[in-house]
Amino acid sequence: MADKKKKNLPPKAQEYQDFQDKREVKRPILKNCIKAFLIGGLICFIGQLISTFYIYYFDFTEQTAGNPTTATLIFITMLLTGFGVYDRIGQFSGAGSAVPVTGFGNAVISAAIEHRTEGFVLGVGGNMFKLAGSVILFGVFSAFVVALIKTIIITWGGF
Amino acid sequence: MLAGHRTWIFENKPVIISTGTVGGPFEANGNIPHAFNILHDDMWLEQASFEKAQQMMMEEACQYAIKNSPIQKEQVSFFISGDLINQITPTSFAAKTIGSPYFGLFSACATSMESLALAAFMINSNGAEYILSGTSSHNAAAEKQFRYPTEYGGQKPPTAQWTVTGAGCALVAKTGHGPKITSATIGKIVDMGMTDPFNMGGAMAPAAVDTIISHLKEREVDISYYDLIITGDLAHIGREVALDLLHKNDINLPEEKFVDCGLTVYREDQPVLAGGSGPACSAVVTYGHFLDLMKKGKLEKILVVATGALHSPLSVNQKDPIPCIAHAVSIEAGSDVT
Repeated sequence: MADKKKKNLPPKAQEYQDFQDKREVKRPILKNCIKAFLIGGLICFIGQLISTFYIYYFDFTEQTAGNPTTATLIFITMLLTGFGVYDRIGQFSGAGSAVPVTGFGNAVISAAIEHRTEGFVLGVGGNMFKLAGSVILFGVFSAFVVALIKTIIITWGGF
Repeated sequence: MLAGHRTWIFENKPVIISTGTVGGPFEANGNIPHAFNILHDDMWLEQASFEKAQQMMMEEACQYAIKNSPIQKEQVSFFISGDLINQITPTSFAAKTIGSPYFGLFSACATSMESLALAAFMINSNGAEYILSGTSSHNAAAEKQFRYPTEYGGQKPPTAQWTVTGAGCALVAKTGHGPKITSATIGKIVDMGMTDPFNMGGAMAPAAVDTIISHLKEREVDISYYDLIITGDLAHIGREVALDLLHKNDINLPEEKFVDCGLTVYREDQPVLAGGSGPACSAVVTYGHFLDLMKKGKLEKILVVATGALHSPLSVNQKDPIPCIAHAVSIEAGSDVT
């Protein structure tokens, strides 16, 4: 993909990009993966503790504890985002704090805080889902496609 | 006057009679806190928005420069400035407060030297008596404009840079005490097809090199003429690339004579990744730090090359490359002319 794009450039630009590439500091992928694994795992572990807490101390089952657990995690994220801590965790752990539901919460909340100065309707309301909107759209759409495939297989596959 | 294709030689030698620099909390904690005349410990400056805070910093920098000069606010002929925010509104609102006739510029991080070059040109050709030339940027306002919301937890690559919160301004006059502006070279757009907005140093380096080479050729001086070549915000990657490109073009610039404002403003252990950036970066470091060294007699001749990446969030989303520019202004300490 990148090579294909380069081919359309004049030779001088191609030569420069190769020259620049040699001096560019690359993302430390392995280190980032390990950090993402550890922090992502830690967030899931906290989620599991909260879930267990709801099952033992409240009237929840393993099936119904999911929603309050998610809500609690998002609430914690909200506080961490508001106090300006979550972006630092994000810089350290990358995908580890972006992929769990806390990352989704952070995307919504950070946009809401950022656009507060532009008013509630056009600012907060209009921009809150600026980052998270595409997650919702493509999340719902892929769920729909998967459900469709499942239905087709069950109906016509005769399982 | 015009030397070669795009270099101005100022034979009347306009003078920077005073400067004003303002910084935020992150800069106060940085490498050169002494370079700032006013430092704030609050990103908001008690304002309702980051954009208003940026406007305040610009106003404070100008007011400080005027206060420390022999002239009154009413004597300022023009205010030449710009910034990064949508339609440069923080600068325009600051211009309303300052009240002088106003030229608004957009040259991203190269605005500092573009405005200084224009100011020197106008004064040199008797178009004005006193000109305020400056620029400002605000980390949170620029982040919101170009990247994600400030508190969004996205991971930035090691090539990303940190926008300086601050404002810097120089008061240029026909005569007076202070460093003299001797020449300027206006940059042209250099586009090497770089598309990554998280690697602006790498994108801007060829523009800086192009301007430096033209400047030396058109002013007919050798690189050893200058004590320091100062780039605006190339940061780690851009500086290294630019230095190697210069060497490749047979310009033997020793490494210690090639400094970058983006690498000067913060300490190495601050979490700024590749280094500082933003219009205010070259402005505050040049006016606050390097001109101070010049006044103390530690520097004689400097060439400040402010680099700018002229992309917009829209052009990046539409997969356009980043057009880059660099403007150079030479400042020299000289015997005072009165």
